[in-house]
Amino acid sequence: MSDNIRKIDGITKESTEALIAETLSVYPEKARKKRAPHLGANDQASGSACVKSNKKTVPGVMSARGCAYAGAKGVVWGPIRDMVHVSHGPVGCGWYSWGTRRNMMSGITGVTSFPMQFTSDFQEKDIVYGGDKKLKTLLAEAHDLFPLAKGISVLSECPVGLIGDDITQVAKTSSKELDLPIIPCNCEGFRGVSQSLGHHISNDTIRDYIIGTREFAEPESPYDIALIGEYNIGGDAWSTKPLLEECGLNVKAVWTGDGELDKIAATHTVKLNVIHCYRSMNYMCKVMEEKYGIPWIELNFFGPTKIRESLRKLAELFDDNIKAKVEAVIAKYDPIMQGIIEEYKPRLDGKKVMLLVGGLRPRHTIGAYEDLGMDCVGSGYEFAHNDDYDRTSPEMPDATVVYDDPSEYEFEKFADALKPDLIGSGIKEKYVFQKMGIPFRQMHSWDYSGPYHGYKGFEVFARDIDMAINSPTWKLVKAPF
Amino acid sequence: MRQIAIYGKGGIGKSTTTQNTVAGLASLGKKVMIVGCDPKADSTRLILHAKAQNTVMDLVRELGTVEDLELQDVMKIGYGDIKCVESGGPEPGVGCAGRGVITAINFLEENGAYTSDLDFVFYDVLGDVVCGGFAMPIREGKAEEIYIVTSGEMMAMYAANNISKGILKYASSGKVRLAGLICNARKTDMEFELISELARRLGTQMIHFVPRDNQVQRAELRRMTVIEYSPEHPQAKEYLTLAQKIADNKMLVVPTPLEMEELEELLMKFGIMEEEDESIVGIAEQAAA
Repeated sequence: MSDNIRKIDGITKESTEALIAETLSVYPEKARKKRAPHLGANDQASGSACVKSNKKTVPGVMSARGCAYAGAKGVVWGPIRDMVHVSHGPVGCGWYSWGTRRNMMSGITGVTSFPMQFTSDFQEKDIVYGGDKKLKTLLAEAHDLFPLAKGISVLSECPVGLIGDDITQVAKTSSKELDLPIIPCNCEGFRGVSQSLGHHISNDTIRDYIIGTREFAEPESPYDIALIGEYNIGGDAWSTKPLLEECGLNVKAVWTGDGELDKIAATHTVKLNVIHCYRSMNYMCKVMEEKYGIPWIELNFFGPTKIRESLRKLAELFDDNIKAKVEAVIAKYDPIMQGIIEEYKPRLDGKKVMLLVGGLRPRHTIGAYEDLGMDCVGSGYEFAHNDDYDRTSPEMPDATVVYDDPSEYEFEKFADALKPDLIGSGIKEKYVFQKMGIPFRQMHSWDYSGPYHGYKGFEVFARDIDMAINSPTWKLVKAPF
Repeated sequence: MRQIAIYGKGGIGKSTTTQNTVAGLASLGKKVMIVGCDPKADSTRLILHAKAQNTVMDLVRELGTVEDLELQDVMKIGYGDIKCVESGGPEPGVGCAGRGVITAINFLEENGAYTSDLDFVFYDVLGDVVCGGFAMPIREGKAEEIYIVTSGEMMAMYAANNISKGILKYASSGKVRLAGLICNARKTDMEFELISELARRLGTQMIHFVPRDNQVQRAELRRMTVIEYSPEHPQAKEYLTLAQKIADNKMLVVPTPLEMEELEELLMKFGIMEEEDESIVGIAEQAAA
């Protein structure tokens, strides 16, 4: 293990701890005490978390977190393309979560996919008299307008939980009347500490209402797998699914990027679940393992090194036929990837990146940066749990800073001290750092680009990172401070 | 303009007492508005001789938004030129009745219902202060005087004490004060003495003891207040007296609610409750035998 320990010049446990102490020093005592356990120096050898996580955000510091509704609408349910997803409550939650995550959909709008905004648009009267009658009407109208939609999810916004509307009962009645799956999801935004609970609640509704309710038409094969926690951001699934198919596997369902309800519902018959975003869908992998005996494996499709490792790990679970195909795939793409690395690495070698993303990419993308010769000098999550930080430790260079649900101040302070050449985070952070003169890429939405997953994605990723860091623009601007 | 809120245990006779008292104030020449803050919307029927009036929330539901509503659609004039508004709200078990009260009162404020010629505004509020909505009438800038309707029954007194706790909370941050207890007599033992004592302990007064009289029911059957139905009846005089006392009342206090033990002690002292025998608590009949 010790020969795998990576060091970054100028970063030691002491220097990182001093930076953390200095950062915390401006806080009042109570906030300092609360924030201190969420910031730490990575101990790569330990392979375990160096920070506390999944705790309530400290009031008064700006956080990048979302809410339970965001986790349900934006992450788990929203990407399923052949369903109508209803944002149940006032109009804003639905409007501002409409299409912003860039989970792409195939199909014909209104016929085989429904990337539209459906909302019950609560008014005063709906709060006072309850929104249940309006919801019932909405469900009937949606079915009337879009009879080809395979089902409807009802995603509760805060007021629904406050006034105690019984959406489960409405869904049950309407489901019978319309002969259509209608899934009530009590993902009110105020529940839990972040969007993470929304993922969990949504997984539970898939468990309670969806899984096991359909069968695949074609006969089972030993190569049937499902791709879980792949949301097709910027077309990611259109890179990973063909890749796995090229390895000889039948990808029967994708959860939930460009997803189809019937396929998700029949996933209980696959032989293996391949999970990418562990944080948002480990729950259903565990359910399918316990209930249907389906094993699952965590893979990483960012950058050729991780893809190669992942495909070989996957091949181990199958016969020689698959093993041979996997090796052939690796042999086919490795030279292409080498070509990409040869093109971009000279311009990116030794550059430093800092990350703050949701629940997976702060660890999963590190390998891709390293393939380009870059070092990750700081990483953190908005809503990860302890098991995510355990998984992060071996990926990060030793002694680098790890931050959980950092405030904007902490993030800026770390960036100011570590002087990264690139920051990968979200839209809320983007312009702050660009104004500081630091190149930036959005790592939630791939910044209007993508895919970044798979071999196809690495080429785009490498180009985008090069474009961000080496843009001549940075030579023309001078930060006023 | 004095704004007054009437609270008290459900079924204690808040609406009847409010309407009779308001009718009394009207016959004393005062200009009064009643705002019913109860989804049942029965705070104005004796003044309007109507089964129920169009409530604010009913019309909001019908028209779609509160912005489409006009004041004259929801404000009716009844006996003694009393202005009547009902907030309305959902049937039990759905929606948010509290929000209905907030919506209705905001509407009244924004549309100039609180005119300067009014001497009194009365808020007749449902049962208990269960959520922020039902505390709306006693928020900053609204009712500063609260009367609690109670009787000598144990639960009515518990409720009165609980409401006092609620008032204490709002009193510490604003101008709302307890103005007195109105005893709506149920002919329980030593009722006058008991409520006088409770009032004293709460730091307030029993502003009036309204005796029980079936004339109230006879008037109600005709959807009228006693004052309008039989102005010469002794019961009408009682409500007139109460109205006069309220008009003259200057005793506004921050209440001193009782601890549960104190309240039970008081009930024991007046023989309403028996001394508790701790040795029998939690022992089933069979086990005791």
